[in-house]
Amino acid sequence: MNILVGIFVLNLQPIEKKSKMKILVCISKSPDTTSKIAFTDNNTKFDENGVQYIVNPYDEWYALVRALELKETIGGNVTIVTVGNAADEAIIRKALAIGADEAVRIDADPTDAYYTAMQIADYAKSNGFDLVLTGKETINYNGSQVGGMIAEAMDLPFVSLATKLDAAGTTLTLEREIVGGVQVVEVQTPAVISCAKGMAEQRIPNMRGIMAARTKPLQVIAPVAVETLTTYTTYTMPNAKSACKLIDPSNMDELVELLHNEAKVI
Amino acid sequence: MSTLVYINSNNGLNKAALEVVTYSKNLGGNVTVIATGSSNQELLATLGQYGASKVIFEASVTADDAQQLTELIATVAQAENAATIVFSHDVVAKAIAPRLSVKLKAGLVSGAIEAPNADGSIKVNVFSGKAFGSVKVTSDKKIISLLPNSIQPSISGSNCSVEAFNGTLTTSKIKVISTKKPEGAIPLPEAELVVSAGRGLKGPENWGMVEDLAAALGAATACSRPVADIGWRPHHEHVGQTGVAIRPNLYIAAGISGAIQHLAGVNGSKVIVVINTDAEAPFFKAADYGIIGDAFEVLPKLTAAVKKFKAENH
Ligand SMILES: Cc1cc2nc3c(=O)[nH]c(=O)nc-3n(C[C@H](O)[C@H](O)[C@H](O)COP(=O)(O)OP(=O)(O)OC[C@H]3O[C@@H](n4cnc5c(N)ncnc54)[C@H](O)[C@@H]3O)c2cc1C
Repeated sequence: MNILVGIFVLNLQPIEKKSKMKILVCISKSPDTTSKIAFTDNNTKFDENGVQYIVNPYDEWYALVRALELKETIGGNVTIVTVGNAADEAIIRKALAIGADEAVRIDADPTDAYYTAMQIADYAKSNGFDLVLTGKETINYNGSQVGGMIAEAMDLPFVSLATKLDAAGTTLTLEREIVGGVQVVEVQTPAVISCAKGMAEQRIPNMRGIMAARTKPLQVIAPVAVETLTTYTTYTMPNAKSACKLIDPSNMDELVELLHNEAKVI
Repeated sequence: MSTLVYINSNNGLNKAALEVVTYSKNLGGNVTVIATGSSNQELLATLGQYGASKVIFEASVTADDAQQLTELIATVAQAENAATIVFSHDVVAKAIAPRLSVKLKAGLVSGAIEAPNADGSIKVNVFSGKAFGSVKVTSDKKIISLLPNSIQPSISGSNCSVEAFNGTLTTSKIKVISTKKPEGAIPLPEAELVVSAGRGLKGPENWGMVEDLAAALGAATACSRPVADIGWRPHHEHVGQTGVAIRPNLYIAAGISGAIQHLAGVNGSKVIVVINTDAEAPFFKAADYGIIGDAFEVLPKLTAAVKKFKAENH
């Protein structure tokens, strides 16, 4: 059933060419930044008890908002995709409320970055997107992996950690972080971009957006068969810090002495 | 078992390059380095001292196009029959390692902070530094990207052979328009010493104190999120859960309250010094040394003390 839907979409490749951008934004859920991090099942599973999930900030603040801005200036369509379970539809509705046009949920557990990226690449390949955007990384696993993996699976150029993105016709102009500096680059669409701070400003959904999100199309598709390449075996918490040593503000020589002789860091 | 290490030697051999070669040597087996950027064979040969048995260089390939670089590394990995590929977890690795993972079907461990455990699993930061996870790669080949400043480079041998890469690569699809690299600035993710400040500094005009201390120490500068958001400091200095995660040897925080999202990105620091007027500031709970005092008075005094110490010890 769901797979049939996928095939219909495949036949609906855009006929009129360019200027209007067809953008896919990959979103992931992450625990609210104030969540208490704990583990269960002998430290093998993240304890979801009482955890509130949000759209991963990089995906929402930068990738999604920049996609919407591009659509507003040059026209087009913004689809969001997530690999997740029915429970994740709450974050999908949030992204729709901010302004995405439609959503796709690939109905599976995002077990590792490779599995997740292969699912998204498979969907994206058959849907003719000009631009695939991801956040720089998730704030729970911090892998910075999914964007590059999608690019390789689709054989597309990849610009990582972009802090600015502009589009004119099929040319994208980007600013990105490089080791010890920044660089301006150009690349042709279709391309995959991972988005970092600077690209856009967070948008708070308004009431109209929230209402509209309820009726926007949300397509659920079945995953393709893909193996995983990695697995988390156990989790641990950092050791608690011993008590802080207070130093008199007028005695900075003492601090320097301690940093040198006791902490041995200078 | 054979390991391939990628390094970018554009600006010579930085500490991160020596760290990844040392790390690979400690994995056991043969270590080959593929270097882009420099064609200085004398310099590249010194990687042998850290454990490389051979360096292959390709000076014409830049780190700009992940697709082209992935092709280069995959070609060398196949020729060298490498079971493991190691990167330093910097912006270049974040672009290439995931591509390579798909191309070679090799599980990727991003941001490793230690050598593999006995069962082969590798410790990484998760939840932006609030916890650690052990990742096990289930594929035959694996890729590890090592978080800078997680291990110390160590010398174990002598210079090795160096040869040029022999092969053809597709042209880059990424056109570089311009590159800006601030003179003399120490890249934050690799820095061993970091001086950071927050909203307590009141305004961008007061950052001279922070820069003076950083200069005296030879440290990089960082800031809290609101400071970058208001535009007092550049975005790349923003550390924390939604900024850069760092693990320097020393992190000095002045006028930063120590919110959970800020701590997430810095609590891997070996030693933390906190300067805050508010004795109740949450940051003191994460600090090794605390100074309850006004940053406007403490920072210049600390700078003077550091200068005095440096003058006496050099
Ligand atoms: C989703 C989300 C993600 C976030 N991600 C990050 C992140 O990645 N990084 C981050 O930093 N924050 C992040 N934050 C924001 C975080 O919650 C805090 O608001 C922020 O870290 C506070 O910055 P601050 O400490 O500079 O400012 P404040 O909280 O305003 O603290 C200023 C401190 O300066 C002290 N002070 C004032 N005057 C002086 C003086 N003269 N001398 C010494 N001390 C003085 C005060 O006592 C106070 O403790 C995030 C928040 C959210 C909701």
